Parts: sequence; structure tokens; C-alpha cells
Amino acid sequence: MLVQTHELCSVPSLDHDYGMEDYGKGVARWCPGCGGHSILTTVQRVCKDMQYEPEKTVVVSGIGCSGRFPHYMGTYGFHGLHGRAFPVASGVKFRRPDLNVFVVTGDGDCCSIGAAHWVHAIRYNMKMVALLFDNGIYGLTKKQTSPTSPLGTHSNTHPRGSVLPPINPIQTTLGLANVSFVAQTVDWNSAHLYATIRKAAEHPGLAFVRIVQRCPAFMRDLYGDIAVNPKNLILLSHENGINLKPKARQAFGRVIEHDPSNIHKAREHAEINNGIPIGLLYQNTDNARYDEYGAHNIGMGVEEKKQNLESLLDQYSTSNSV
Amino acid sequence: MDYIDSGDILNEGDRIKPRKIKQAIVEIVSDSGEGAQKCGQSFGAISAKMGNGVWTVEIIPAEIQPPARSREGASGIRVRIGSDKVTNMGNHADLVIALNEQVLYGRIRQDAYNENTLMFIENKWAKSEQESVRQQYSEALLKFKELGIQVIEISMEEECLKLMPDPRKGKNMWILGLLCYMYDRDIPKAENQIRKIFKKKTDEVIDLNIKLLQAGYDWARENLPFHYEVTPMDVDDDMVVMNGNEALSLGVMASGIELCSMYPITPATSVSHHLAEYFERVGGIVHQAEDEISAIGFAIGASFAGKPAVTVTSGPGLALKTEFIGLAVMAEIPLVIIDVQRGGPSTGLPTKVEQSDLLAAIYGEAGDAPKIVLAAATIEECFHFVVLARKLAESFRTPVILLSDANLATGVQPFPRPKIDPLWLTNPIDQSPWKDGAWPFGWDEKTGTSKRPIPGQKGGMYTVTGLAHGQTGKVAYDPEINQASVESRSRKIASFQKSLKSPKINGDPEGDILLVGWGSTLGAIEEAVADARAEGLKVSSLHLRFLFPIVPGLVDIFKRFKKVITVEINYSDTLGHPMVNQENRRYAQLAWLLRAQTHMDIDCFSNVYGQPLNPEKVLKMIKRELKIENSEVKV
Ligand SMILES: Cc1ncc(C[n+]2csc(CCOP(=O)(O)OP(=O)(O)O)c2C)c(N)n1
Ligand code: SF4
Repeated sequence: MLVQTHELCSVPSLDHDYGMEDYGKGVARWCPGCGGHSILTTVQRVCKDMQYEPEKTVVVSGIGCSGRFPHYMGTYGFHGLHGRAFPVASGVKFRRPDLNVFVVTGDGDCCSIGAAHWVHAIRYNMKMVALLFDNGIYGLTKKQTSPTSPLGTHSNTHPRGSVLPPINPIQTTLGLANVSFVAQTVDWNSAHLYATIRKAAEHPGLAFVRIVQRCPAFMRDLYGDIAVNPKNLILLSHENGINLKPKARQAFGRVIEHDPSNIHKAREHAEINNGIPIGLLYQNTDNARYDEYGAHNIGMGVEEKKQNLESLLDQYSTSNSV
Repeated sequence: MDYIDSGDILNEGDRIKPRKIKQAIVEIVSDSGEGAQKCGQSFGAISAKMGNGVWTVEIIPAEIQPPARSREGASGIRVRIGSDKVTNMGNHADLVIALNEQVLYGRIRQDAYNENTLMFIENKWAKSEQESVRQQYSEALLKFKELGIQVIEISMEEECLKLMPDPRKGKNMWILGLLCYMYDRDIPKAENQIRKIFKKKTDEVIDLNIKLLQAGYDWARENLPFHYEVTPMDVDDDMVVMNGNEALSLGVMASGIELCSMYPITPATSVSHHLAEYFERVGGIVHQAEDEISAIGFAIGASFAGKPAVTVTSGPGLALKTEFIGLAVMAEIPLVIIDVQRGGPSTGLPTKVEQSDLLAAIYGEAGDAPKIVLAAATIEECFHFVVLARKLAESFRTPVILLSDANLATGVQPFPRPKIDPLWLTNPIDQSPWKDGAWPFGWDEKTGTSKRPIPGQKGGMYTVTGLAHGQTGKVAYDPEINQASVESRSRKIASFQKSLKSPKINGDPEGDILLVGWGSTLGAIEEAVADARAEGLKVSSLHLRFLFPIVPGLVDIFKRFKKVITVEINYSDTLGHPMVNQENRRYAQLAWLLRAQTHMDIDCFSNVYGQPLNPEKVLKMIKRELKIENSEVKV
């Protein structure tokens, strides 16, 4: 089964038909009801539907609950350092355009300790899918305030309520240089989650997806009842956006037509705060790609390398007349 | 010194016959931006091409743009040329050419000159419109003469004005011409050198500079009573000449490394400049990351994916990289880390030499993170050790830290042209299916080594983790597994140590003093030892290239000397201060390491003046240790 992929993705092999079991490994050890479970299954489904070769797929994560993600994938994985998933993933992709790369990061991981790398990864715009698991709290370390915690969040570091307004990751990403794909979805709407990650996987550049993630252990009240009531999800809809079957659309109380090529409108929608706008906020497939620069001279033969090296040494030679 | 004694200079028509000397130390100093370094580098390159031994050291002011004519603002270069191989910057300069007299004060304070030094000084300041400048000039000349230095005033500006309206940009080539006469350098080689350095400029610029060269040469022939010949060596070897950072960059290219991931930091940055110029033509690429943490993370990602990578940095950058180095140790990802050391701690002395990162390199990470640490001692080793480091990194599946320093970075020295082995350049990436059932960390029981799967290899899928893990690669908190895995990573280093040879001793295998050094101090230490031995002193030396693990056989060697002293450019407490005693004394870093590893009472001689070590200081120390009074060496 051959799936249409971008030229720099691995070409799925014809003699294989990978099933869900090829993308899974072990038993996920997240809390019951954690949003991580559904995201894991959805990523596995997308891999299967794209028929990514497991050995040509690398999932890179940072540290946090979300950091455990690659351990549950049947692909290659890299569970690295807190905040540093982007640099590692970028290094993997730079000279290996044949690999499919996923980045899994948390809100502390991406928007706090790894914020510098987030800014620059967006600018590098290398083909990969970046999933921000945003539960608005530090989960793994047991309930400290995150940069995305809503103002007034009671946490172990701010028992009387957090005192600063949160970072809006979507709004921030839309303000970064060379941004090429920004989408938002929620872990509990599987149709939309799937359609979003699928669209991200097909994007020729860095696809940044913020997934609003439930953390029943420490952040039951993220967004108050907005999260509880599906009517509070606002669907951004467009023929070039993330499309759902008509039946799936009916679950949404509000639908806004939004052309994802319009970055100004995207920034406006990013600021909606009486509901969660989900869908494709922005996409541009023409942006500069750093992985194309990185891969431009891969695979040079030993002979050519040696020859060019010798002529470089000639320039330093004392017997060289010039 | 007989250097400026012109008694036996013979007249040969209107030319004086050059007098043979074995070596010369020449400095050119100026305000920054006057091309002194270009002049000195060219003089060094021409000398190397003639077959002389050469060593150059850049003289760099602490500030980027110090005010003109400031005492500590000397910018320039020292060039030492010799009939034999030259391995260090030597002691006092024989000749210094100064474009203003003020910058000489700073150099005098740094003990660069003595009463045998000859000074050529630009004399336009004597006619300055500003009275204060005229006064400073005459005061300085008096002062230098008081110090016993022979000063010759030269109207360099005036001479150059004959050829160009703004001599600030041309004086350096006029001086090069003067030097070419004085040391009997080949004029055609000098012209070629000018063509090389101005290759991006127009023909007019090149012609003008050649004219300046010739004018300087002619002026010197008419006016100077000094004319020397430094006989070249007979070398059959095809030689190359470059500085340490160029050698590192060539080493990176020759090692088969495909990616240099870096963040700019002095004095390491120029490695990446050289790479950026040429790397892509030999199948590699430079990535300038957003910071040092990202730089090493990127390199680790590439290496994990089978693409050999290096990250190049200096002290503050090394500090930022430690968490990732720990991960590379834990996850057994090959990686070369080059640290071109500078003065520390913190921002320290960015352009000056220091060897203070040794213990940080060996022990800097949190947790137990053994890895291989090497140090290059010569420019030639800067090249070959990158090739070696990459090989070790892959064979032992470990990060390897290669230490260089600011002295090697800009020092220029000729060495035999490396013979590139095509095997170095082959891509190690193995994409054949992973052996069925093999673990991603199948540690060999005896050696601790293992083979790693690389993305793309069918059946090898595993997840790298910095969490404790066993041979299967799965996260494991089991106490036995943790003990065994930490042990395996340590065993790897031990099995590498078993393959090392005991180091060679410079001098007799027993005696009164053994000096132990590492890194760029090799030449100065060996020259001091040669001088001491020539005076009949029982002194030998030893230079370590492998710092971790430590080479075998040291205890046996050390036992045969009455005293073992490390010589290093880093800090140690000196006994004698009321606050310092045997119990709290802080030792120089190699001494600390050797004391711990050998259980022997090893002393140290070290300082942090930010200057390369010179042989005289080491010789003085040797004599002090041996309690030789009335030493010929002046303090
Ligand atoms: C350098 C470093 N600092 C701190 C930590 C501790 N730490 C681990 S995860 C984490 C926060 C995780 O929060 P988030 O990224 O939101 O992920 P979540 O656990 O909520 O998925 C922290 C502070 C660490 N592992 N490394
Ligand atoms: S703490 Fe929260 S984010 Fe972490 S596993 Fe539990 S529910 Fe999920």
C-alpha cells in the first residue's frame, strides 16, 4: 500500500503492510484518564495509515510525563533531556532526510526550559511533527505551575494561586519567524486529533500542534468547564484546513470559517478565550527549510572527499609555489 | 647575546654578507587594525616555505578596540624561526618592530624583551602636532634605553608615503620587506605570499603591496647594518603549515565527521570559520546552533542517526554542554567534543591561554560519567587527534573530549603533510538488518563494549534514554541492573586504558626531577629540559596525551625520580602564604589527578598569567627546586 508522502519522507515499502502492532511497545504507564493514552493511539494510527516504516521513524521527546511517549512506540525513540527534544530531533533530521521525525514535548519542556529551542526549531522549519502536550501543569514532578497554567492556578509552587498570565503557545508560535504550520486540537476528540496529526504529518516543514491535554491527576480544572462541555470547542473550518466528516462536525457548538493562509486572522483566533479554537490556524508550504540545506551534500563518495581534501592540503603545503 | 654584534659582518661590495644565526624571535606590535599579524604570519609562512622551523603566537589586546596608543593595547604577533624545529615561543624577543612606542610598555611588563632586544620604532610621533604625544615618545625612548634596549627609530610612515597616500594600510608589507632583507628571506616567495593573502583583491592592490615589500627591502639594505641568515633544515617530507584551529578543522574533515554543530566562542570559533569555508566540499556541513546546549544536542541527534558529529567550544560552552555529555555517556552515543581552552572561570580571559578545563572535562558531569579525554600538544596533533577521537568515540561508543588551548589555536607551525587514509572518510552508517534478538546495549562482559543499532536498521528499534537502563535498553530501576550498567560503562574505559602504551620519557629514565606536562606546553618544557641537561642537571620530562583514562606505567616511571612536578597553565596555591598549608593546598589540575591516581606526592608548578609558558620560566623553576644558586638565568 503506497501512501502519498512528501518527497523527503521515507518511501513506504510495498512488500509490507504495517499494522497497529508494528508501532506499539509495552504498556503505557500514564494515569488512568490521562490524555497521553489517546494521543499515543492516534500517532500510531497515523503512522500506520501513512505506512511509515518503523525503522525509519524516530520519536524524540524531552522529560515529563509526555517524555515517556517514545518508550511506547515500536519505532526508534530518543527520550533525552528536559527541554531539549527539538535540538536532538533537528540533529536527527538534518542529515537523515529519509527518517520520519516526531517531537513530543510538554508545556514545561517546550515553553519554559526549552523555550529557546522552540523559537529556533520553528525558524529551522525542518520537516517533522511537533506535538505539544499541554496540560497546563508540571505533571511528572507533581503539580508545579507551568508557563501555560491559567492565572490563579493553585499549585505546589503557588499554593495561593499563580501570579502571572500564561503563555499562549499558539499565539507565541504564530509570532515566530518562518513559522509554517500551527494547529490546535484536544486529546478527547479523537476524530479531530487524528485529522490534525495526519495533516501535520503531511506538511512539508515543521508542523506545530498544540494538544490541549487532560491531566486528571493534577489539573482537573484546566479551562474550567470549557474543557468539559464539547460545545465550548470552536471548530476552525476551511477546505484547506482540518476537515472532519459532517457527523463529527455536529459535536461542535461553534464553527468559524478560517482560511489557514491568513496569518493575521490566525493570530486573532489564537486569542479567543471564551472557548478553545481547534483546527488549522496557519499553514504555508513555501517557507525556507533548513533540512533541505542540511541534506544538500549528503552521500558524497570517499574518492571525491579525498580529492578535495588533498587540494585543500595543497593550499597549506610549503612546497606549493603559491 | 651576540645577535646584534655586527663586528664580523663582512662587506661584499655594497652588500653585507649575511651572518648565520640558529634562530630569531621577532615581534611586530601596533594598535589593532594595523596589519601587524598579517605581516608576521606572512613572515612565518615564507620562513616555513624556505624550510625553517617556525612558531607564531598572536599578541591580542584584551579589549576588542583599545584606544590608540594605549599601553596595554598591543596587538601583533611574535614569530620565532629557527634552523631546527621550533616548538614554542621562546623567551625574549631579539627584534621588535613597533608602530608606536606606547604598546611596548605592556609587552615589557609581560617580560617579552630584555637588554638584548633590538627595537625598531616608528618615529613619526616625534613630529606629532600634539605636544603630549611628542613628549610621550621621547620619554618612552629614554625609558627603553635605560632598560638597556637598543632602539632604532625608523621613518616607516614617511617611506611608505612615497608609494601611497594612507600608509596605515600598507606599512605592514613595507615591514615585511625590511624583515625579508634582515633575515635573508626569498623575495619571490614573499611576493607569492602577498599574492596569496590579497587573492581576493584587485591587481592594483597586489602590485602596490609588492612595491611596498620591495621598498622595505631596499630601505633595509641601504640603511641597516644587520643582515642574517637562518639556515633552513633539510627536510624531505612534504610539509604543511597552519595554526592549531586550522589543523583541528582539517582534522575534522579528514576524520569523516559530517557535521560540526557549534555556537561561536573565542578562541574556538575560527575552527568553524575554516570548516564553513570548505567542509561542504568534503561532504560535511557546519550548523550554527542557537546556543551551546542546542549545539551538542543537535550533534548527538545526528550521531544517534549514524552521522559522525563534532561540537567545538571553549570553557563556558563546555559548562553548558555537561548535561548532554552525561546523556551521551549514559546512552553510549559516540561524539567528539573539542574544547579550545581559554582563561576562566566564567568569561575569564577569552583570548588568553589557560589549561583549566581538565578536571571539568573529566569530572564535570553530574553522576558517574566516565569518558575519554585527550589533549593535543602540537599543531600536528590538533589534526591527528580529531581523527583518533572520532575513531575512539565509535569503537567505545562514548563521547571523547579533545582539549586544545588558545596558544595552539593561533600558533602556526609546519608539520609533515598528513597522509589521508580513505578509511577515515568512509561513512560508518550500517543499514543492514539488526541481528535478531541482539540487545541495543549488549555489553561484552569483559570489555563493556557493545554495538549500537542505528535508525534505518530493521529490527533494531530501541529508545535511547537517559534513565537507568539495562542491556535491553528498557528503563530499569532495579538496583542490580543499575550497578551492572554503571560498571559496564566504566569497564569500557578500563579496557581502552589496557590498550595504551606507557609514555616515552624525554631524557634519562631516572634522575632528580621529572616534569610532567600536557597540552601546548610541550615545546617550552622540552626546551627547558634540554637547556637544563646541557648544564648537567638530571632532569627529564614526560608529556601526557591521554588524560583520561590515565596511561599505564606512571608509578614505575615516577618512582625513579626524586621529585615529580607537573607544569601547567592553571591555578595552584603556592606554599608559603600564611593561609596555605599542606592540608588545604590546592594543586594544579594534572597534579591533582596524578596524585589521586598514583598515590604519590606529586608537586606542581603553575600560574594563570594568561601567557604561553616560556622555557626560561621552567628552567628557573628547575634550578630553584635543585637549589642552584647564582643561576645564569636572570630573574
Ligand atoms: C534539567 C532538569 N531540570 C528539571 C527536571 C525536573 N523535571 C522533570 S519533568 C519537569 C516538568 C515537566 O512538566 P511538563 O513539561 O509540563 O510535562 P508533564 O510532566 O506535565 O507532561 C521537571 C521540572 C529535569 N528532569 N531536568
Ligand atoms: S500526572 Fe497528569 S500528565 Fe502525568 S500521567 Fe498523570 S494524568 Fe497524565
